[in-house]
Amino acid sequence: MATLHPAASEVDSRQPQDAAIQVRDLHKSFGHLEVLKGVSLTAQKGDVVAIIGGSGSGKSTFLRCINFLETPSSGQIIVGGEQIEMRPDGTPRNRRQIERIRTRLGMVFQAFNLWTHRTLLENVIEVPVHVLKIPRADAIARAMTLLERVGLADKADTFPSFLSGGQQQRAAIARALAVDPSVMLFDEPTSALDPELVGEVLTVIRTLAAEGRTMLLVTHEMKFAKEVATHVIYLFEGRIEEQGPPDTLFGNPQSARLKQFLQTVG
Amino acid sequence: MDAILETLGLAQSAELLAFSPPGWGGNLLRGLANSMKIASGAFGMGLLIGLFGAYGKLYGGVVVRDLLAIYTTVIRAVPELVLILILYYVGTDLLNKASLAMGYGRVEISGVVAGIWVLGIVQGAYATEVLRGAIQAVPAGQIEAARAFGMPPLTLMRRVTIPAMMSFAVPGLANLWLIATKDTALLAIVGFSELTLETRQAASSTRAYFTFFLAAGALYLIVTLLSGVVFGRVEKWARRGQPSLREGGR
Ligand SMILES: Nc1ncnc2c1ncn2[C@@H]1O[C@H](COP(=O)(O)OP(=O)(O)OP(=O)(O)O)[C@@H](O)[C@H]1O
Ligand SMILES: [Mg+2]
Repeated sequence: MATLHPAASEVDSRQPQDAAIQVRDLHKSFGHLEVLKGVSLTAQKGDVVAIIGGSGSGKSTFLRCINFLETPSSGQIIVGGEQIEMRPDGTPRNRRQIERIRTRLGMVFQAFNLWTHRTLLENVIEVPVHVLKIPRADAIARAMTLLERVGLADKADTFPSFLSGGQQQRAAIARALAVDPSVMLFDEPTSALDPELVGEVLTVIRTLAAEGRTMLLVTHEMKFAKEVATHVIYLFEGRIEEQGPPDTLFGNPQSARLKQFLQTVG
Repeated sequence: MDAILETLGLAQSAELLAFSPPGWGGNLLRGLANSMKIASGAFGMGLLIGLFGAYGKLYGGVVVRDLLAIYTTVIRAVPELVLILILYYVGTDLLNKASLAMGYGRVEISGVVAGIWVLGIVQGAYATEVLRGAIQAVPAGQIEAARAFGMPPLTLMRRVTIPAMMSFAVPGLANLWLIATKDTALLAIVGFSELTLETRQAASSTRAYFTFFLAAGALYLIVTLLSGVVFGRVEKWARRGQPSLREGGR
């Protein structure tokens, strides 16, 4: 990768071009409704950024703008030093570039969104084989390792709808890991789960954090955010109201809104 | 065997239906083969038109959507028999005019090919609606997941949308196939030697109307029953991964 100032990056390893992901002044409107009003974020390799905030504060929209599931209205998105080329109206200039960058962003959805007509193994190898063109045998070997890792090796040939929500979400995490993403995007991965199934999914995410995966994690699980996050962002009505390391943000919140929010979510 | 037929009074019918002349069985089977050729060709063509039509209706521009709306509305509004007459005579006429204009002589259009075209266009209109509904029934999250992982549009269509919509589309498509097999009979009106026309010829030459039309009816019935078995299998395959309703979900 071409770095403009190689010397500078030696001095400060937290140069922007080293960031795993960088978002600058992101705006997004749905019609007249401005949902994101200039959100910026930088995540270095290995960072776990938790994004918290009330319902409708724009958390999902922010995450979905990063991989262009929603088209941002304006702003800049830079993934692994590569800036996504946008037209003035925010639409991507180059579909191929978006597709290429998307393969480096493993997304995990609230509703799992596994492909129901494919077994777990088929779900996990789908993108490696049919998008990344990895030889099928290699993809299967890797997929089995991943399913093993999320505790689903014995369910490889089962279809998703025959499994519990927790199992489906763990499979969805394996599917996201299969592309060996440089950043993982989680949108409330446990919100659709029965309380007794939340733990098994959080356990998997915890191991990912421990091994240094870069993650953006939208969550309502404050305790979990406090535990795994390296950085927490509190969104309020489309703006970053407060951000900082978890200890400070949860232990000593500054803004009245965050204080109130933390009280209501407990 | 002969004795049984004799006692049942069916010896004469068996003679009439014998596969080699003077029996007419061979003609009937040839007619059936033609009917099946036309039906499968038309069904296939209908599927192709339907796929493009459905995508056009869902994602096309205004002009495409309007044109498709006219196509499906007109085809589904006009009786099939009338459509067949129009499409066949207009089609052959246009083809001949074009051929003459380019300096060739009149073209001889094969009955099977013309039949496939005419019925295919009719099937396409219905298939467009069946497939459009099926595509819309695919949970949006599954398509979104594919997009989120960088799947290009054509791969997404081939690997996600089409397989995922199959379970919704198969029952409607099975109906369309049965309609296609029966619509081939309407082609008798423009002189195709499909099963119905062959039957009529056999019947009027021998005056054994009852025998021949009963035999033709039986052939159509066999086709329907076999189709039912095949589509049953296809539907089961398409629904793999979905808990069966009868066993009460998960
Ligand atoms: N496709 C859309 N069209 C119009 N408005 C939308 C759309 N998607 C989201 N919004 C609106 O944008 C705002 C932010 O939505 P978003 O889903 O990002 O919130 P959130 O913070 O993820 O909330 P939650 O915690 O409930 O998931 C909401 O007011 C929502 O109604
Ligand atoms: Mg949300």
